[in-house]
Amino acid sequence: MDNSMVLKIEALNKNEAFARSVVAAFCVELNPTLDQINDIKTAVSEAVTNCVVHAYEGKGGVIEISAALENRTVHIEIKDFGVGIADVEAARRPFFTTKPEQERSGMGFTVMESFMDSLSVLSADGGGVTVVMSKNLDVNTGQGD
Amino acid sequence: MKINHKTVNSALYISLSGELDENAAAYAREFLEALFERSAAKKVVMDLSSLTFMDSTGIGVLIGRFKKLKGRGIPVMIANPSKTADKILTLSGLYELMPKIIY
Repeated sequence: MDNSMVLKIEALNKNEAFARSVVAAFCVELNPTLDQINDIKTAVSEAVTNCVVHAYEGKGGVIEISAALENRTVHIEIKDFGVGIADVEAARRPFFTTKPEQERSGMGFTVMESFMDSLSVLSADGGGVTVVMSKNLDVNTGQGD
Repeated sequence: MKINHKTVNSALYISLSGELDENAAAYAREFLEALFERSAAKKVVMDLSSLTFMDSTGIGVLIGRFKKLKGRGIPVMIANPSKTADKILTLSGLYELMPKIIY
């Protein structure tokens, strides 16, 4: 591992921009393209929004964000201790949402999967979800370069 | 998130600038609903050229407004999306509902 970081935040809407900016800034030492940075910011935002809206249902809680750089790949883990996801497979389908009355697009996991190179979603039996995603930051790889 | 608007020849032009995420969604939704309520426009053009960030929450906001306007027979178009907005709009298939125009 070349570098690592850990960030613990309260699950509040206003912390989403902070979280995605911190992870993006952490990746800067690898000289990513602007498109790669935007992809990472969007993916982090999706994961943190899920924590705020779904895991804690707007009632607040702790979100742990960790990231590591290894051979020009960034690995990001975003963890909550909320209600968990009853059916992860269904949740990962495009346009699937448990909150249609809130105008949720149901595209969060689809965006994470499309904008990153890999995504895994682990929902613990007792609650809590861990999202793990990676993206290679070589100049000639990644979408939108 | 900042929203500007003007009406020209029965078309309501709306410019969204800044970041459209969960934190800005409630404001955007409320502002646009109030705007549509008092507008007699026959079509709506959403200019997204100044959006510096948008995630899937923004998609939900746009689809929600599209559905309401569709119910009133008012078409909506997306104009000049920024690169970051264009990528997520394309992924979500939103242009099938709200055509993209460049001017």
